[in-house]
Amino acid sequence: MARRAAGLGRGPIVRLAGSDAAMSVLVVILGFLVGTALVAAVGRDPANMYRAIIQVVSGFDLTRGTWNARYIGEWLVASTPLVLCGLSMAFAARAGLFNIGAEGQYIVGLTVAQFVAFYGPPVPILHWVLAVLLGMLAAAAWGGLVGFLKARYAVSEVVATIMMNYIALYLSRYLTMLIPGTNTYKTPSFPATVRLGNAWLEGLTNRSRLNTGFYLMLASVLFFWFLMEKTRTGFALRATGFNKDAARCSGIDVTRSTVLSMAISGAFAGLAGCAVCLGSFGYGRVLAGLDNYGFNGIAVALVGNSSAPGTFLAGLLFGMLQSAQPLMQSRQIPKEVTYIISGLVVVFISLRSGFGLILEARAKQLARKGKPRDE
Amino acid sequence: MSSALNLLPSILMMVSPILIAALGGMISERSGVVNIALEGLMGFGAFAAAAANVLLEERLPGASIWIALALATALGALVSLIHAFASISLSADQVVSGTGINLLANGVTIFLCQVIFKQERTRSFRQGMRAGPGGIYPTAWIALALLVAVWYLLYKRPAGLRLRACGENPQAAASAGIDVRRMRYWAVLASGAFAGLAGGCLVLTQTIEYKENMINGAGFIALAAVAFGRWIPKGVAGASCLFGAAVAFAIYVVNIEALRALPPEFFSILPYAITLVTLVAFSGKDYAPRAAGQSYEKGAS
Repeated sequence: MARRAAGLGRGPIVRLAGSDAAMSVLVVILGFLVGTALVAAVGRDPANMYRAIIQVVSGFDLTRGTWNARYIGEWLVASTPLVLCGLSMAFAARAGLFNIGAEGQYIVGLTVAQFVAFYGPPVPILHWVLAVLLGMLAAAAWGGLVGFLKARYAVSEVVATIMMNYIALYLSRYLTMLIPGTNTYKTPSFPATVRLGNAWLEGLTNRSRLNTGFYLMLASVLFFWFLMEKTRTGFALRATGFNKDAARCSGIDVTRSTVLSMAISGAFAGLAGCAVCLGSFGYGRVLAGLDNYGFNGIAVALVGNSSAPGTFLAGLLFGMLQSAQPLMQSRQIPKEVTYIISGLVVVFISLRSGFGLILEARAKQLARKGKPRDE
Repeated sequence: MSSALNLLPSILMMVSPILIAALGGMISERSGVVNIALEGLMGFGAFAAAAANVLLEERLPGASIWIALALATALGALVSLIHAFASISLSADQVVSGTGINLLANGVTIFLCQVIFKQERTRSFRQGMRAGPGGIYPTAWIALALLVAVWYLLYKRPAGLRLRACGENPQAAASAGIDVRRMRYWAVLASGAFAGLAGGCLVLTQTIEYKENMINGAGFIALAAVAFGRWIPKGVAGASCLFGAAVAFAIYVVNIEALRALPPEFFSILPYAITLVTLVAFSGKDYAPRAAGQSYEKGAS
C-alpha cells in the first residue's frame, strides 16, 4: 500500500529524477552550461569551444571549411582507455564496491605490458596478445587482492585502493628503470611486433593513432554486458551489490563475488593500460605521476549509470572533451575547462542522488497526508 | 648520523603540511564524514597561497605570506562546503562528492592560472616563507599548535565530546540534544580549512610556484596517516612524522651514505604499504569511528 501511495504522489520532477538516463543527460548539460558561462566570464568566445568539439567528433573545421578524418580517429583513441576505466569502476559498482583503484590497476597493466614488450617472444600477433593477456592478468590480481582484503579482513576498499594506486605508481617507476637503456623518463622503442597499430583503421582515419585497442574496447563493452546481464555469475555479483546479507542467505558466495568483481574490474583497467602503452606510445614510460585515466573513469561510470551502453557513451563523451583540449587551447580557450566540466558532472551527480532521495521522501509524505482513508 | 640531523629541518618541512591536513581529515572522520577530498582541497589552498603571494609580495613584503596562508585556509573551507552540502544536507555518497572535488581541483586552479597569469602555472614568487632558528620553517610550529589545539578541543571540551559522539552513534547523539548535521558541517569545514592551510604551507616552503599535480599524493598520504594513526591525535601525529620522514628520505636518500643502496621509490612506497598492512592487522578491532561514511537521516534509526 505504501508503495502504491508513493507511486501516486510522484510529480514530474520526481519521475525525471527516477530515470537515471535522463538525469545523466541533464547533469552533463548542466556541466556544459557552467563551463560555457565560465569561458564567457573570462572574456573568451564560448563558440570556439563548441567549434573545437564539433571538429573532434566530425572532422569538420568550421572556420576553414576543411575535413580531416584524423580528428575522429584521435577522438576514439582518447575514448578507449576512458571507456575501459569506466567499465572497471562500473563493474565494481554493480557489485556494491567503490573501485578508486582503476588508476593503480591501469599502471600495473601498463607496466607488465612494457616488460613483455622487451622480454616476450617477438612473433607477430602472439607478442601483443601475450602482452595484453599478462597485463590484464596482473591488473586482475592487483584488483582481486583488494577484493580479498575487503571480503576477508573487512578493509575498506576505498582506502585500500588509494594506497595500492601509489604503490603501483612507484613500483612501476622502479621496475621500468631496470629495463636496460632506460633513462629517467622513457625506455627504448618497442619492437614492432608488440605494437597495436592497425593499418586498416589508420588508413580509414587519415593516419591517426587509432589501433586494435579500439576493437578490444568494443569487445570489453560486449563482455561486460553479457557477463553482467545474462549469466549466473553476473546475477550473483548484482545480488551482492544490492544486499550482501540477502545474497549470502540465498546461497551466493559473497567472498567469491567480491574478489571476482574486483579482479574483473582490475582486468578492464589493466587492458586500458595496455591499450595506451602499446597503442598510443612507441616506447615505455617511466611514469612521473598518475595519468588520471582511472579517476576520470569514475566520472565516466557515474555518468553511464554503471551500465555497459551508458559507460560506452559516457566514455566517448569524455574522450571528446579530452581530445578537444589542444584545439581549444589554440583558440584561446583554457583547456582546463574540460576538467572543470568533468569535475562538475561528478559533483552534480552526487547532489542528484541526494535530491532524488529528498524528493522521494517528500512525495511519500505528501501521499501519506493526502490519503487518510488508507489508514 | 650528522647527515640525518641535517635532514631534520627538511623532514619537518615535509611533515608539517601532512600533519595539518591529517588533523583536518581526523576531525571530519571523527564526526562521521569521510573526506577523501583532502588532496583536492590542498590543491585549492596551494593555488590560493601561491597566487596571493605572487601578487602581493612586492606591495606587502613580509605580510604577504600570512595573507596567503589565510586565503588558502579560507578557500579550502569554502570548497569543502560542496562536500558538506552533498554528504550532510543531501545524504549523498561521501566518496562521490569527495572524488568530484578532487577532479575539480586541477581544472579550476589551472584554469584560474591561465586567466590570471596567462600560463599553466602561477608566476614564481621571489620569496617563499623564511626559515626560522635552526632552519626550521614556522609551518612546523603552526602544525604543532594545531595538534595541541585539536587534542584539547576534541578531548577536553564538551564540543569535542559531542563531535566524537556524532561519529560513533549519531542517533544517540541526537537523542542527547546534539544537532548532528550542524556538528558535521563544522567538522567538514574545519577539515577543508586545515587542508587548505596545509596546501598553502606546502607551496610556500617546498616550491616557488603552483603547477598541475603539485600536491602529488600528499593529501592521500594524510588520509593514510589518519587511518594508520587510529583516528587519535597522538597516533595521527606519529604517523604524519613517519610518513613525512619517508617523503623526505625519498628525495634526499642519495645524500646519505648508509641508505644509498635503497632506491628512492622504496621510501615513496613506505607510507602506503605501512598503512595497507596495518589496516589488515587492525581489522576486526574497533579503531575507526563507527558511523564514519554513513549519512545521518533525522528520525531514522
